[in-house]
Amino acid sequence: MTTFFIIAILALGFLITFQIAKASEYVSVLRGLEKARRQSNRINAFLLLLFLIGGLIGVYFCNESLKGRVLGEAASVQGEEIDLMLKITFYITGIVFFITQIALFWFAYKYQESDKRKPFYYPHNNKLEVIWTVIPALALTVLVGFGLYYWFKITGDAPKEAMQIEITGKQFGWEFRYPGRDKIFGKKYFRNVDPANNNPMGQIWDDAANRDDIWMEQEMHCVVNKPVKLIIGSKDVIHDVGLSHFRLKMDAVPGTPTTMWFTPKYTTKEMKVKENNPDFVYEISCDQMCGKGHTGMRGIIVVETQAEFDRWMAVKKPQYLVAHPDKDPSVKPAATDTTKATAAAVIIEAKGNFAKRKD
Amino acid sequence: MSNDATYHGPSEVVTTHDVHHDEHHVHHHKETFITKYVFSQDHKMIAKQFIVTGIVWAIIGGLFSVLFRLQLGFPNVDFPILETFFGRWAKGGHIQPEFYYALITMHGTVLVFFVLTAGLSGTFANLLIPLQIGARDMASPFLNMLSYWFFFTASIVMVSSLFVQTGPASGGWTSYAPLSALAEASEGSKVGMDLWLVSMALFVVSSLLGGLNYISTILNMRTKGMSMTRLPLTIWALFFTAILGVLSFPVLLSGFILLLFDRHAGTSFYLSDIVVNGHVLDNEGGSAILYQHLFWFLGHPEVYIIILPSMGIVSEVLSVNSRKPIFGYMAMIGSLFAIAILAFLVWAHHMFVTGLNPFLGSFFVLLTLLIAVPSAIKVFNWLTTIWRGNLRLAPSTLFSIGFVSLFISGGLTGIFLGNSTIDIHLHDTMFIVAHFHIVMGVASFFGMFAGVYHWFPKMFGRDINHTLGYIHFWVTMIGAYLIFWPMHYEGLAGMPRRYLDLTPWVSFNKFQTLNEMITIVSIIVFAVQLMFVFNFFYSMFKGRKVTSTNPWGANTLEWTTPINPGHGNWPGEIPEVHRWAYDYGKDGREFVMQTEPIGTNESKDH
Ligand code: HEM
Ligand SMILES: [Cu+2]
Ligand SMILES: [Cu+2]
Repeated sequence: MTTFFIIAILALGFLITFQIAKASEYVSVLRGLEKARRQSNRINAFLLLLFLIGGLIGVYFCNESLKGRVLGEAASVQGEEIDLMLKITFYITGIVFFITQIALFWFAYKYQESDKRKPFYYPHNNKLEVIWTVIPALALTVLVGFGLYYWFKITGDAPKEAMQIEITGKQFGWEFRYPGRDKIFGKKYFRNVDPANNNPMGQIWDDAANRDDIWMEQEMHCVVNKPVKLIIGSKDVIHDVGLSHFRLKMDAVPGTPTTMWFTPKYTTKEMKVKENNPDFVYEISCDQMCGKGHTGMRGIIVVETQAEFDRWMAVKKPQYLVAHPDKDPSVKPAATDTTKATAAAVIIEAKGNFAKRKD
Repeated sequence: MSNDATYHGPSEVVTTHDVHHDEHHVHHHKETFITKYVFSQDHKMIAKQFIVTGIVWAIIGGLFSVLFRLQLGFPNVDFPILETFFGRWAKGGHIQPEFYYALITMHGTVLVFFVLTAGLSGTFANLLIPLQIGARDMASPFLNMLSYWFFFTASIVMVSSLFVQTGPASGGWTSYAPLSALAEASEGSKVGMDLWLVSMALFVVSSLLGGLNYISTILNMRTKGMSMTRLPLTIWALFFTAILGVLSFPVLLSGFILLLFDRHAGTSFYLSDIVVNGHVLDNEGGSAILYQHLFWFLGHPEVYIIILPSMGIVSEVLSVNSRKPIFGYMAMIGSLFAIAILAFLVWAHHMFVTGLNPFLGSFFVLLTLLIAVPSAIKVFNWLTTIWRGNLRLAPSTLFSIGFVSLFISGGLTGIFLGNSTIDIHLHDTMFIVAHFHIVMGVASFFGMFAGVYHWFPKMFGRDINHTLGYIHFWVTMIGAYLIFWPMHYEGLAGMPRRYLDLTPWVSFNKFQTLNEMITIVSIIVFAVQLMFVFNFFYSMFKGRKVTSTNPWGANTLEWTTPINPGHGNWPGEIPEVHRWAYDYGKDGREFVMQTEPIGTNESKDH
């Protein structure tokens, strides 16, 4: 009903506009086309001036009302560099924007048709052409210079002490693998992928490095102020690990692993306070169209202190043991009263190991 | 330089052509409805076919955008009417994800290729090339006709894909593999994708037939005295457009053929290590990124294929209506040339975050930002053209001024994106959507509107209603900025493009009111485009009849033909050209047509 109403109103508005337009055409024929043309020339010249003024106010207003909604301070060291580049570019292009737009609309208003003016025959001037070739070229050289400096810094090798995490996209979600205490990812092969048998990553169990690798879904943890290196892959189509608060993103391409590293500056808890939002979480957004569930491909990164991280990691069970319960000391069919004790022992052992890997 | 007496028009060719067409005129009465309106070989009629088909596509493509904007602006509102029309695609009055992605894919494909490539180049290359260079028709009128009919067939196939059970293609206008290669990965990658590929292949053929024809016509069929440096800038722009298309569309076609092989012949060009829906595929060794290289090798030149004709039209319209020569004619040609060359060397700037080697990426940064230099030259030359002119603000002039404004705004945001460091953050966010809609989408449409308002009298012998033209301009101009300017901020906040509901996202759910505003404005702007379409067809039949052969007081050759030229354009001999196209305001004369010989006392400047 409302839809019908809206369509009816649109149609009516349309009809009225058309009738007015037709009438104004008749009137102008009666009054003399030339006179009518000159009048509409004046009106439109004035509107162009108005558009310039209104537009400049609008640009200011838009900036004022939306800048608070753009993400706050970058939450990674790399993100700060990107924000700085953004700022430099913003000022340089901003100056050009105002000069050229003002010139355009001002000229259009100022040089509107008038009997008093003879247009100036001015076909070329090589000096001017050189000026406006060289100045933009210089400005762009500055931008390229800064840009590439940071580009190589950000895309360069991760520091050796970086924590490594493997992240894999699939339709529609994220999976993570930690290398465990040996800090080495075990080999995997896509034909081994078999979630039903607890091998979602296709790990090759014969590889000893796989024995302690830990697998999890949707939520990843890392440590504040400690570089993290993500090894990014995909199982099916191209996805993209988008980390807007860290200002980073990198595609997840099936068959071709990619990497990205960064150093988070604030824990999730600190960000909740900084953003004044108790619901704040670092989100992973899939930034590459990947099918019907693309919009919902949300992952979460928890940034925390080393102690919190260790406590969290301590209770994780390697995927090898999940897939091979017979090898798992904690689920060995033993005397009922000893089960608990063994499990506790394993946890304590694991904790010790994680404490060791901190160094 | 147009003073020099050199000319190189292949006058002999033109003469034989003359004879042929004069014969044709004798048999004029034999023309049937079919040969005149349907399988016409007259370039002017083919131009009209292109623009009418383009308008139909623009309405469809625009309507799709209104539909998906409804979802983006009002993700929690039901629109039962949608279910009435689209059934299960909009269950409960809610656009389903598959449908949403099909809509954005069709919107992009249709507007980029069918409207702004075929509708724009097809219309103005066909209309203007023979008329402005002084030729009776294209080098091959028959291939020219085929070009339209291939486009028409491509259109039919694309439309038919809208009606298949599993829906049309839905992988975005870029159709990245492997999503587009795997029928299991998405409904839209089933038969809809095959139809999309077939339609696009037909489209490439159409574009090649047209492009080769435009190039040979411009090179070989200029009238006596029409040296290359006397050509209007419209022709130069259309010339470079055709070259870009001829050199890059075949690469796209090769990419599509490999994709078809991957889909149906079990090859692994783009596929490797894939487990889709729990199903392990056999493919190993392919590269998903290869597709992107092949796509963007066309994709980037394509954006210039879309903008160059508009640049040509705007140069012409601004000069005519400022009553002043275009400033820096040679610099304008030079920058078109530079843009055309560089357009082939920047494609990987769409792939900075695909894992591209950073060192290789740095060259693409350099070349990408280099392309901003010729763009800047053009802007400054347009500004100087209107400076101290005597501006007649016809609708065509307003749209040209709007074009320059939009091109500045969108070009400047390109400088953000071309710098790979910043692109890491902005890639695939709404910032990209804002950038390319302003600089390419809306700006090219403005160029096209400028062209339609300017050459309407030449196309139909009637004038289009100007009052509606002014309303059309102002609503579209204000609307375009309201829609796309704030979108940059969403992108700066990291809001991804191609998301259909932002409410669950803590980082991106702060723009609800803005999204509503954008949706409402888009509906208004769309309605005003419908008004333009109405004006177009109404004026075609009922518009005021044009009484003068040269209503704008322009210099170029098309205004030396009769008001309603027949096939062959000039009833007598083709006029000879004696000067460049931009002697406006020279020696105190308002305009001097290209056909007028250089006077003995004429000032030497230029
Ligand atoms: C100053 C000149 C320009 C520069 C430096 C520039 C730079 C860029 C870059 C780097 C991207 C890729 C961004 C990304 O996906 O992350 C991009 C996207 C795009 N640009 Fe530009 N651009 C410029 C002018 C233009 C022009 C003149 C057009 C069209 C007429 C255009 C149309 C597009 C389109 C359509 C896309 C998006 C394609 C897609 O991903 O769907 N750009 N631009
Ligand atoms: Cu996705
Ligand atoms: Cu590009």
